[in-house]
Amino acid sequence: MSQVDTSHDAHHGDHDHHGPAPGLMRWITTTNHKDIGTLYLWFSLIMFFIGGGMALIIRAELWAPGIQIVDPMFFNSMTTMHALVMIFGVVMPAFVGLANWMIPMMLGAPDMALPRLNNWSFWIMPFAFTILLSTLFMDSGGPAGGWTMYPPLVLQMGDSFAFVVFAIHFMGISSVMGSINIVATIFNMRAPGMTLMQMPMFVWTWLITAFLLIATIPVFAGAVTMLLTDRFFETSFFSAAGGGDPVMYQHIFWFFGHPEVYILILPAFGIISHIIPTFSRKPLFGYDSMVYATASIAFLSFIVWAHHMFTTGMPLAAELFFMFSTMMISVPTGVKVFNWVSTMWRGSMTFETPMLFAIGFVVMFTIGGLSGLMLAITPADIQYHDTYFVVAHFHYVLVPGAIYSLMAACYFWIPKWTGNMYDEKLGKMHFWISTIFVNVLFFPMHFVGLAGMPRRIPDYSLQFADWNMIATIGAFGFGFSQLMFVYIIFKCIKGGEKATGEVWEGARGLEWTVASPAPYHTFEESPTITPNTVTR
Amino acid sequence: MRFGIIRWMLLGLAAAVLPSVALADWGALNMTEGVTDISRRVYGLHMAIFYICCVIGALVFGVMFYSILKHRKSKGAVAADFHESTTVEIVWTVVPLIILIAMAIPAARVLIKMEDFSDSEMSIKVTGYQWRWQYEYLDEGISFYSQLHPDHNAARQKGSDIDLSQFDNYLKEVDKPLVVPVGKKIRFLHTSADVIHSWWVPALSVKKDANPGFINENWAKIDEPGIYRGKCTELCGRDHGFMPVVVHAVPQEEYDQWVAEQQELMAANATQGERQWTKEELVAQGEKVYGANCMGCHQAEGQGIPGMFPSIAGSAIATGDIETHVQTVLMGVADTPMAAYGSTLSDIDLAAVITYQRNAFGNDLGDTVQPYQMKSLRQGLLQTNADIDQFNLTQGVN
Repeated sequence: MSQVDTSHDAHHGDHDHHGPAPGLMRWITTTNHKDIGTLYLWFSLIMFFIGGGMALIIRAELWAPGIQIVDPMFFNSMTTMHALVMIFGVVMPAFVGLANWMIPMMLGAPDMALPRLNNWSFWIMPFAFTILLSTLFMDSGGPAGGWTMYPPLVLQMGDSFAFVVFAIHFMGISSVMGSINIVATIFNMRAPGMTLMQMPMFVWTWLITAFLLIATIPVFAGAVTMLLTDRFFETSFFSAAGGGDPVMYQHIFWFFGHPEVYILILPAFGIISHIIPTFSRKPLFGYDSMVYATASIAFLSFIVWAHHMFTTGMPLAAELFFMFSTMMISVPTGVKVFNWVSTMWRGSMTFETPMLFAIGFVVMFTIGGLSGLMLAITPADIQYHDTYFVVAHFHYVLVPGAIYSLMAACYFWIPKWTGNMYDEKLGKMHFWISTIFVNVLFFPMHFVGLAGMPRRIPDYSLQFADWNMIATIGAFGFGFSQLMFVYIIFKCIKGGEKATGEVWEGARGLEWTVASPAPYHTFEESPTITPNTVTR
Repeated sequence: MRFGIIRWMLLGLAAAVLPSVALADWGALNMTEGVTDISRRVYGLHMAIFYICCVIGALVFGVMFYSILKHRKSKGAVAADFHESTTVEIVWTVVPLIILIAMAIPAARVLIKMEDFSDSEMSIKVTGYQWRWQYEYLDEGISFYSQLHPDHNAARQKGSDIDLSQFDNYLKEVDKPLVVPVGKKIRFLHTSADVIHSWWVPALSVKKDANPGFINENWAKIDEPGIYRGKCTELCGRDHGFMPVVVHAVPQEEYDQWVAEQQELMAANATQGERQWTKEELVAQGEKVYGANCMGCHQAEGQGIPGMFPSIAGSAIATGDIETHVQTVLMGVADTPMAAYGSTLSDIDLAAVITYQRNAFGNDLGDTVQPYQMKSLRQGLLQTNADIDQFNLTQGVN
């Protein structure tokens, strides 16, 4: 579309003497942001099926009352591992993968600021998860105290606990290095003339996310290290017998844990803020307010942590403070949803697969957000806390929320990555089947939760039997329909209708000014910023 | 393609709705209103915020779907070019803020009421154990344990062929319920002997974590006599799903009568602890105690679960020196799920279960431990382990 692009490409083709190295070593030694982005995305796709398999074991056991398939201890391992894998192994690496692929191209930068660090950030991950998953095969079993790892329960775990802590330290190092890289890239590598308030929303949301990660991951590392010393080195941080306090762990954990929730959703907000304007053929409504809302959410995320702890016996004043601050978060989140709807308003919409997933995101994330508002009401939260209502809430914001944004992003950018269009018909089918099953899976959980079914239990009273059976049908439907996604990706990589550089009719932004597939090296020379190349 | 989408939507709707209609238990959809003033206020808040959310959802989705239907390219819609308005941004920041303040005020009122523990008329200490509850009536001197009913416990074991539909309240029945009077402000004191538990009775809108080493307060004033059931809601290990709470709320006279009975029963138990028991008596009693306390981990045949829970059949401890065996049961094993039973079981039950373990699963030592011997064994352990965990050794239960 812009002149910058063609001249750049011609120049590029002339003397490109450093394409990818051949063979396996390409992937091990690569410092190319696109290769590393690809590695992250494949890694998270593989982990998605591992974590999903664990979810299916959970749902299979919950198919009917009684214990049929697994021991309760293994069931607890599955709920714990499912969460750890999905959070740290799927959603976070997938967003980092997208950041690697897209942020340099969106900024008009040739690569990430710290390419060798980038290689490290990725290659730590497979080792971290091998260690974490290997605990399932150790004598003392995998972690079974929930992903939140509350002491003293988690301290009852056998020696394999040390491996879990080690794996978490690894993941943390990887995340912090990745975040530092992203911050350095955004601050130093923008094309000349691109101001902060001209950056694409995905870049903005990732910038803020990276700061959240840098601020909170060390806190989490500290918390698990204290667990480690309590377990193996006779300290008493969390044991009253030695002057400690088990609830202190929860404060430390959730000081990390709540910003972590926004780490899992802010980049999703960014993605949706690209897709809705593209397919509405209209600029994003309220760009400035979107940036301010994202920053407000990030700030508020640091002062709401104890809403996870309303039943721990906090003083009244603390309960009131955390109730009010939590309710406040719905204001900037609401602003974002209103802006998306206003972007659609009087647009000229088409409904290709990325748009379908984006609309699915807005609807179902809003449902999860509204149940979040209900959970903020402390007296009612006393009843909701640790029931399936909470499970329904966070799965609505994470599955048809974060995961849908990832699906949308893949469909949106895969023509740019592969040079081929994906199969639109199959993509739409994938969306509709997923959307039906994801609701069959998670919506009934609201009901059983309100009716009194606690979470993290392998067996339940007969009154909950029907809805659990329905949820399990949904789980298997949703799980297996994701195989379609894999098929569509492979099909797209192998071939298909050739994509243009612009790919989508309403696309704006520098990434659409380069050819599809994007050359191995892009923007070796800085592009000129024109109003047309800026997303806002 | 549009027809294709509509076809898929209809199919999806049918797939989602049909099994739901056919299978669903429509009674189990919403929060209980409960039987206390607080629980009714909580229910009121829950419904109010639910309706607010419904209205917000309807408005947002209404505008969105109108736009999706009308402003589509296939209908010839041409994109407008507006993309910001400070006025609307302010409006949709301020209006939600006002709604939130309107909601926060009543919520804060209820919360302040919930946290007002003053003027309670009786106190019950509730201690969580893996995996049962101990109830101590602080004024009446009554103390007992309450755990999943043995019939339910048998039915929930993996591979049991017991038909669950015979139970009216599967997993919500205990061997000995908490009995409380109606119309009295009851203060609950929550703590734990091992990991964190959480004592929840939905009908009373009472849920509070039991933190080891700390005491949390809570209260309820029940309006109507009845049986109210709840669960542990904080993951507390393998059998977290199997530690129900059952509260019998009865009129005051009935409650007084129950208190008198309990006090008599405890006095009778005290004399039982003084006499000589036969080995058969001890083994018979021990089998019951084992089933309720040990079987969850060490399994029905004492075989344990390799790698997780050690076996008792042929184990060095259960076939070895009696002092070591008693010490292990009394004081537990640090950093493992093996609890210190010295503080949770009576001398009779301790003597019985130790005798049982030494004479079952192929262990045939033939020796016995008498209930009255437990007292001196506790003393002996106290002297040799003066520095450790005196609590578990001295806190016997009658």
